[in-house]
Amino acid sequence: MWLLPLLLAVGAAEGDTDLVLRLQRRDPRALAELYDRYGRLTYALILRVVRDVGAAEDLVQETFLRVWTRAQAFDAQKGSIGPWLLAVARNRAIDYLRSAGGRERNSVEFEETDHPSLFTDMEQGILASDRARRVKAAVEKLSASQRQVIELAYFEGLTQTEMAERMGQPLGTVKTWVRAALKNLRDQISTAEASA
Amino acid sequence: MNCSELRDHFELYSLGLAEEPERSEIRAHLDRGCEVCMKEVKHARELAAILASTAAPLMPSPKLRRRILAAAGVESYGFGWTPALAAVAALSLCAAVYFSGREREFSQEARSLLAQTRSQNIELTRLNEAFAILNGADTTVTSFGEKQPKPKGRVFVNPSQGVLLIASSLPMAPAGKAYEMWLIPKGGKAPVAAGMFQARSDGTAMHVQLGALDVSTSAAVAVTLEDAAGVSAPTTTPVIVAALQ
Repeated sequence: MWLLPLLLAVGAAEGDTDLVLRLQRRDPRALAELYDRYGRLTYALILRVVRDVGAAEDLVQETFLRVWTRAQAFDAQKGSIGPWLLAVARNRAIDYLRSAGGRERNSVEFEETDHPSLFTDMEQGILASDRARRVKAAVEKLSASQRQVIELAYFEGLTQTEMAERMGQPLGTVKTWVRAALKNLRDQISTAEASA
Repeated sequence: MNCSELRDHFELYSLGLAEEPERSEIRAHLDRGCEVCMKEVKHARELAAILASTAAPLMPSPKLRRRILAAAGVESYGFGWTPALAAVAALSLCAAVYFSGREREFSQEARSLLAQTRSQNIELTRLNEAFAILNGADTTVTSFGEKQPKPKGRVFVNPSQGVLLIASSLPMAPAGKAYEMWLIPKGGKAPVAAGMFQARSDGTAMHVQLGALDVSTSAAVAVTLEDAAGVSAPTTTPVIVAALQ
């Protein structure tokens, strides 16, 4: 069951170029198709961040409309629309979370990290690639503290200073955990590439 | 900072979580087309995309799909349009295309302004850092290049804040190259990398390397021309050498 959204998303990856071209031509069917491919993944990601069904649905809508209106800036030939969509979704959700929590918003920073031109030359079907499976397995193998900092960074958008406050740990300790966790994940990616 | 010093920060940068000074350093590397950093940031974005798919999958309400299509003006797709609905949809589509065009224009303008602001912020930060060193009570000044045609300039060293280098008549680095500053310790020890920079088209350059510096153990500040990604030890003859007093 848990594989279904991934299989849907990635089985579709081969046709993403055509889908993006149709989005750029403002083909109404393309938006429906985009939602059918990535809607569940997007919703799952946003709900994981905001933990509120109503807010999550609003943010999913905002994400798809943002992609719909910005598709012209996307490179249909080299771009990977799945990773771009998920980056937009995460940024919208984190921005909402920071705003709701009275924390400083960093929309400008997000604007830099989810610009469509940045999502080019990625591995086709990366979300269900061997590399993705290895990274997911590596996340499971992280120590509890390492996994926690990765989740706080990715799903809550906390800076290392904010993580240290949240966890009641010295900043240096948190930075060590973050470095170790990212190194483990990076090593898994390198291993996957070397064996490919 | 050179690329290897930034290695632990690419993922945080891609998630919008990098802190200063690493964030500005990565931006500067990307702005000058550093291929090493561009490749690392691409890998980091791939990792971020994979992390997104680790969220436990959940099914949204079926109403959400209809809501999104309606908000985009494509709700009637697949249900057979009446001529009137078709006309309304065509008008909506024209409006969508029109506003999409306007949105693209605004978006381009916003991107341009964003890039400009970003660049100005980086420059402002560097100027503030430079002024802090210039105004430091215990800052010492060393001139270089006075008896040679080029380049010329001064090195300002503040033991607690860092080193500021200001140069003129420094030619622009060729494509793929950049200038790298080095702190040369006394006693023949290995030079310590102190950041990369570029000369401007008018031949001027300013570089700030923050951090405490033990002046008593430092012999000189030097600059070499290196690959834009940076190197851990000088590979060319210095174009600038300022012996510290």
